[in-house]
Amino acid sequence: MTVDDTTDPQQRQAHQRRGTILLEAQGITKRFGDILANDDVSLTLRAGEIHALLGENGAGKSTLVKILYGALDPNSGDLAWQGQTVGIASPAEARALGIGMVFQHFSLFEALTVAENIALALPPGQSFRELSDRIRTVSRDYGLTLDPSAIVADLSVGVRQRIEIVRCLLQEPRLIIMDEPTSVLTPQEADQLFVTLERLASEGCAILYISHRLEEVQRICHHATIMRHGKVVMECDPTQETAGSLARLMVGSAVHDLKRGVAPREGNVHLALKGLSADAEGPFSVAIDTIGLDVHAGEVVAIAGIAGNGQSELFELLSGERLATIDTSVMIGGMPMGRAGITKRRRAGAAFVPEERLGHGAVPGLKLSENLVLTRHGTGDGLVRSGFVKTGRAGELEQKIKKNFDVRMSHDDPEARALSGGNLQKFVIGRELDRRPDLLVVNQPTWGVDAGAAALIRQELIDLSRHGAAVLVISQDLDEIFEIADRVAVISRGKLSEAIPSNKLTRERVGLLMGGLEEKTGGAGDAA
Amino acid sequence: MGAFESILLTVITAATPLLLAAIGELVVERSGVLNLGVEGMMIVGAVMGFAGAQATGSPYLGAVFALLSGMGMALLFGFLTLHLVANQVATGLALTLLGLGLSGMIGEAFVGQPGIRLTGIDIPVLSDLPLVGRLLFGQDVLVYLSLILVAGVSYVLFRTRAGLIIRAVGDNHASAHALGVSVIKVRYLAVLFGGACAGLAGGYLSLVYTPQWVEGMTAGRGWIALALVVFATWRPVRVLAGAYLFGAVGILQFHAQAHGVGIPSQFLSALPYIATIAVLVIISRNRILTRVNTPACLGRPFVPDR
Repeated sequence: MTVDDTTDPQQRQAHQRRGTILLEAQGITKRFGDILANDDVSLTLRAGEIHALLGENGAGKSTLVKILYGALDPNSGDLAWQGQTVGIASPAEARALGIGMVFQHFSLFEALTVAENIALALPPGQSFRELSDRIRTVSRDYGLTLDPSAIVADLSVGVRQRIEIVRCLLQEPRLIIMDEPTSVLTPQEADQLFVTLERLASEGCAILYISHRLEEVQRICHHATIMRHGKVVMECDPTQETAGSLARLMVGSAVHDLKRGVAPREGNVHLALKGLSADAEGPFSVAIDTIGLDVHAGEVVAIAGIAGNGQSELFELLSGERLATIDTSVMIGGMPMGRAGITKRRRAGAAFVPEERLGHGAVPGLKLSENLVLTRHGTGDGLVRSGFVKTGRAGELEQKIKKNFDVRMSHDDPEARALSGGNLQKFVIGRELDRRPDLLVVNQPTWGVDAGAAALIRQELIDLSRHGAAVLVISQDLDEIFEIADRVAVISRGKLSEAIPSNKLTRERVGLLMGGLEEKTGGAGDAA
Repeated sequence: MGAFESILLTVITAATPLLLAAIGELVVERSGVLNLGVEGMMIVGAVMGFAGAQATGSPYLGAVFALLSGMGMALLFGFLTLHLVANQVATGLALTLLGLGLSGMIGEAFVGQPGIRLTGIDIPVLSDLPLVGRLLFGQDVLVYLSLILVAGVSYVLFRTRAGLIIRAVGDNHASAHALGVSVIKVRYLAVLFGGACAGLAGGYLSLVYTPQWVEGMTAGRGWIALALVVFATWRPVRVLAGAYLFGAVGILQFHAQAHGVGIPSQFLSALPYIATIAVLVIISRNRILTRVNTPACLGRPFVPDR
């Protein structure tokens, strides 16, 4: 369909907006080389309003908020704070005005404690004990549990985001910018955050809320600005729109619903876990406790769970980054692989996509074709012959993946870090799918990925299973799990529940399993 | 004076230059900068300290000269690596070569001249106490200064906001920049502090250790100081322990030779480096030690994107 008929601003009447104007951006333009990241963007933020900023990855949202937060200089355009023209030259100036920001890519110091990380963002002159007390109070008030003396390096992604949020709240800002805050939170954690946001808004705080999750935007936001290709295409009241119409405005074309295909028949067991256990590696790592699971050919099995309940530890045991103590506790294609290395597991037909795409799934400073060689050098793809890398062959494969998985890049074969999050994730998943593996294990397949790319990735996972592969997805996104999984197991404190067919499972039951409630009560109804 | 006491006194004299140079380099590396030019800054400090004392007649002013000349060398390093974003490893090595050459040229006139010794302080009664008197109360000011520096650096790094900022810059300069910290400024100050300490360490050699000028008189102590920082896993108190340990090993070398003990002296001179490698192996197996103490941005240039 064409987009123009739906994006005419005249068609949708501006709805009534309340609250005094806090921050006004006029005609913001920012250019990176040949790319126009922001093209004459205007935005008005009002006190007490939760304002959604919608757009695909690469639409220019991050550039715009960095400008508002003083982390980037615009090429042209004006900013006004409460009617006064201001230049926000640095994040410190933004904070002095009362603008706080929760980053998408965490800006935390791994070697420092939670309290030290927070202290750095606050004005000096507060004792450490006072600060620790304040952290405890705020994190309790807003339901974001934190231990001020924990070292960030040991904390999971979900907990790290809590630090970012608490750090921002402690600055008592007038305007909070939130970049994809719920992408790593569980439904319960997200609900808690929405309560927090609504409370902040009712206290007169302005919130600029960036998200891909349209349901969330519809649920909590009062006003939405939609960006595409660096321009504002639309302003609207999200509650007056449907998720579909918002998605169309954002993507510029209709988003297809996933095709599930026929329900699978019972195939061969491609992955069998039996009594898989592992000790915790550090004080904040989770021990894996006698996990058992069979994944059959032709099905998608999902592992749900709250962040930091052993998902990353389990993934490492499956991929071979960490070896199990018993060889037969991990069986891939019927062969014991618990003590086998990563390449041996890949040769047995397995493929793995870790959670962190930059730094774990791909080397940031290497070209895509080089990253391709890194995971597929030993799997008989003809990428390495007599110790020499066949760059031509690697380039061919890179081109093929780019085409088949719609990876968008500004020039040919760029470094991995030059790709936006969604595009890199498409490449990393495409690289593994292109091998037509018998078993695919993927951790958080669509974390921080825009709606269009997420739909494509999910469809690819389903299609792979329907072609006879076993697919194991570890995810915190329940919508995603219910969209793609045939069976669902829940991980809680390193223990895995039985895998239950997804059509016999309700969200409430998953929520209870996530909290570890069923195992304690033996599944009896008294959990309610 | 007993033989044991005299050995302890020489150990203190041998350990102090290592301690001064290493505590400075520790701050530099905590801020994320790897300055391999410690040897070069030390040797320039040594010759300028000697020259300063000769010119003014005061060994204390000589020490000030040493300190300032070390800072001058560090300023050059900072300008090249922080301002012009030159490679830190290459620039550090070049700084050492420059220092060795420069000091040889400046010091040519001083070869063979008697120096002015910076003598120990003398507190009546206390210094005359048996056994501990000379040891505790009769040292020169630089020994006390080095100990105060260790305590001060430890306090500042782990108890103050300034120290928190230094560690933050060393751990993740991009995040520090996003929080509004001036990464380049913090690193300049750290590099200058490191230069001052290295210069003073060199001055100690030509004013206290052997009060004369000999070309190349640092004899690899700058490298030992660098190894010491790693050996101490970037913790100030461990630098203190390591400096005295390495100092003792150096002294042991002479005594072993004098008494005809069958340990090859080459082995003893290699011992600090072997110990450092052993420590590197041990810490690399411990996640907490490596991730919490090793500055993650060590040696990585910072270019803000604006």
